[in-house]
Amino acid sequence: MEILVYGTINSVMLALYALGFAMVYGVSRLPNFAHGALYVLSGFITWSFLNSLGLNYLLSIILAMLATGILGALIYQFVLIRVRGMEISEIIASYAIGLAILEGLRWGGFKGMTYTLPAFISGSTEIAGVPVDYQRLLVVGIGIAVVALLWLFTHYTRIGLALRGMAQDERAAMMLGIDSDLMAVTAMGFGSMLAALAAVLLLPLGNIVVESGYNILILAIAVCVVGGLGSWLGAVLAAFLIGFAQILTVVYLGSHYQMVVALLAIILTLIIKPSGLFGRQKELEERV
Amino acid sequence: MTLPSEQQRKERIDRGIKIRTDSIYAMMSYRELSYLALPRLILIVGMLIIPLVVPSMYWQRVFTISCIYALLAISFDFLAHYVGLVSLGGAFFVGIGGYLAAIANTSFGLPPWLTVPLATLIGGSLCTLLLLPCLPLRGVYFAIVSLMYPLFMARVIEALDILGGTDGIMGIDSFPNRWAEQYFLICILLLILFGARRLVNMDIGLVLRGVKDNDQAIRASGISVTFYKSVAVFLASAMGCMSGACLVHIYMWSGISLFALDFSIIPIAATVIGGSGTLVGPLLGCLILVPISELLRDFGTLRIVFYALILVAFIIFRSEGIMVYGQRKYHQFERWIKF
Amino acid sequence: MDKILNKEPILKVSGITKHFGGIKALSDVSFDVHEGEILGIIGPNGSGKTTVVNCITGFVKKTSGHVFFRGKDISRKPPHKIADMGVARTFQIMRPYYSLPAYKNLVIPLFSPRSRRTGGWRGGGRLGDRNTVGIDILEEIGFERDSYVPYKLAATLPTGYLKRLELARCLALKPEIIICDEIFSGLSMSEIASMVPLIERLQMDGITLIMIEHRLRELFRVTDRIMVLNFGEKLMEGNPKTVMANEEVKAAYFGSQTVQEVMDHA
Repeated sequence: MEILVYGTINSVMLALYALGFAMVYGVSRLPNFAHGALYVLSGFITWSFLNSLGLNYLLSIILAMLATGILGALIYQFVLIRVRGMEISEIIASYAIGLAILEGLRWGGFKGMTYTLPAFISGSTEIAGVPVDYQRLLVVGIGIAVVALLWLFTHYTRIGLALRGMAQDERAAMMLGIDSDLMAVTAMGFGSMLAALAAVLLLPLGNIVVESGYNILILAIAVCVVGGLGSWLGAVLAAFLIGFAQILTVVYLGSHYQMVVALLAIILTLIIKPSGLFGRQKELEERV
Repeated sequence: MTLPSEQQRKERIDRGIKIRTDSIYAMMSYRELSYLALPRLILIVGMLIIPLVVPSMYWQRVFTISCIYALLAISFDFLAHYVGLVSLGGAFFVGIGGYLAAIANTSFGLPPWLTVPLATLIGGSLCTLLLLPCLPLRGVYFAIVSLMYPLFMARVIEALDILGGTDGIMGIDSFPNRWAEQYFLICILLLILFGARRLVNMDIGLVLRGVKDNDQAIRASGISVTFYKSVAVFLASAMGCMSGACLVHIYMWSGISLFALDFSIIPIAATVIGGSGTLVGPLLGCLILVPISELLRDFGTLRIVFYALILVAFIIFRSEGIMVYGQRKYHQFERWIKF
Repeated sequence: MDKILNKEPILKVSGITKHFGGIKALSDVSFDVHEGEILGIIGPNGSGKTTVVNCITGFVKKTSGHVFFRGKDISRKPPHKIADMGVARTFQIMRPYYSLPAYKNLVIPLFSPRSRRTGGWRGGGRLGDRNTVGIDILEEIGFERDSYVPYKLAATLPTGYLKRLELARCLALKPEIIICDEIFSGLSMSEIASMVPLIERLQMDGITLIMIEHRLRELFRVTDRIMVLNFGEKLMEGNPKTVMANEEVKAAYFGSQTVQEVMDHA
């Protein structure tokens, strides 16, 4: 029973990590290696708003999400757009930016002292005999709501539909009058906001640590690769697969092996079915 | 007189002497020979002399470490610009090679002149095997997997407390003496550099370059792209493992820091700054970056921020890199012409 | 001529179907190719001709169907294995190695395992430097040997030469079948006129050819058996005169409405 509850929570957490990455990759085919960095950065921004500026918690959250979103969009607009289409340069550039942010935060003294974000609701309850704290329940609830909202957004709003169109076929979208550069910037902005959302939801569960930037990146990539780069449904499913696999390993093997699960998942996927669960990238076929 | 409708543009032409030194005609006179030989001689002699003229032992050590990074950087350049595989985790090769050498030395008692070749070959094979799943796929997957492996290995070693855990393996033999250590590295480095430059122009090198530019045509020619990618990865990872093995013998210690980000990011930055695609550029880039890195040691991880930002700047401004610029100036001249 | 009367077809394609998502690119296409003949495959744009080639040579995975080469099932093999067995192809969108000179382009196929096994085209590859053999091959297909043309970068060559380079790339493998995907497209009348003898010579050397073409008049000069595809289905096969006289084929090319109008006005 514990496995079910914790597994679900873990899976939703993974899905939240992965959504931002999946969105940016799906729309502009850019593997955003700065995703983890944006996650951690937004955590620190929230903390700063909250503690150094003394703002209301909710306000800090909203401002931090906006700030991260704008930052992401700016990064794309001024840096990554210049290397758009050149895979090698895109990868190196986004990786370097992520690195710069994370190591900059590390140097800037955000280490040693524990930085935490307070939980929204304190206290815990029991579900079917398993102790669960309210924050985690809230995370699951909000996580599901976010996925649902995203689905609605991409199916019923103009911008959402434009993003989906670009994700499916960029040339066709451009022919329909969708500005692909603008959409890519928007996607990056949204992706960063999703990273920030994940951060404010999940950081209260622990400390804000720079190292987690890399971990989050690995987990997000694992979820997206297993689910299929470019498929949101696949990402959600993969999050559940990996989430439960991780909890099972923790229960039966020990908590050290969590990251091993992520790595094994990626390697197995690449060996068995490289395009992932629902991947739309056909490796060889569409290039002849 | 320049008429209003005339415009000027810059034209780049090969220098006369470059054309005169094409293939066998280079033997015409000393002038042509030296045009070709001089840059290479300067490099070789320069590298051999540096340990002698450098002020202190500290800087000698810095130079040796630069050579190690240079090996990594050359392997990155080779993989990225001749085969199309971007390796974001050079630290993986260093770590594997380093730990293998450490184990060979401490557990099996093998001396450095055995552990290094052993670590190179076994490490190369091991790394190739681990990277094999992503070779049939698009380049993005290789970048992802190569990024993850060092981060992953560091965490696993720390969490499972194997191979010395966070303390690392200590008490590794060092090279017989200081000079052996340096000149061994320099000679290996020069051999690999010239060997790599030769390789990319040989038939097999053409196949590897074809893998980057035009892999469908390679498949249609009956050549297995995955096989040649693995050959390239083996060569590059062997280079990386060798540098890792030498490193542990120099520091006489092997630990998690072998998987550190430094080893991943400095080769990339050095390649971009020094001139990608030239194989000599990364060497130059390392000779510049590593001493700077030492000077900035007090700034801690700010160094990495610094490299990362320089890297980004170079990429987005599509700068050529030092060697590419240098080669262009050396081989060609520019002039304005009217048209 | 005896070779054509050989019992077993050298290439047997049966029931190939290919769906790209919701699009049926090919539906149950089957045909045989006999050793030493030239088979032409024609059809309007979008009829699936290039997809057939991709399916046969393994560049695209079939949804269903089989391909047999000399009796061996090559349906599931990767493209380089199929080329290794002797089925070479050219690309409709040409893919030379632009940054290399023309003769260096051939070094790569000469480096392949098949070339090294069979001794390359007319004995090169195993004996002799690949560069020299490359130049020999280029001379075979019409590059002027003593000029600078073989040494020019592929990026600077005009289309006629590039098409021949594609063919040369196939020849370097000493193939048994060459599938030419629109090799006459983009060429002028005189360039085609100089390629036709080359194709006839290939046939005399015993190579089986499958030619996908739009330029029907030139195609009918070299072959006497063609097959028509339309919307992914095989319409018919036979000799050119009978095929082109067929109503369905005419409708496929000109549109049934046009054919009707022509019939009405005739």
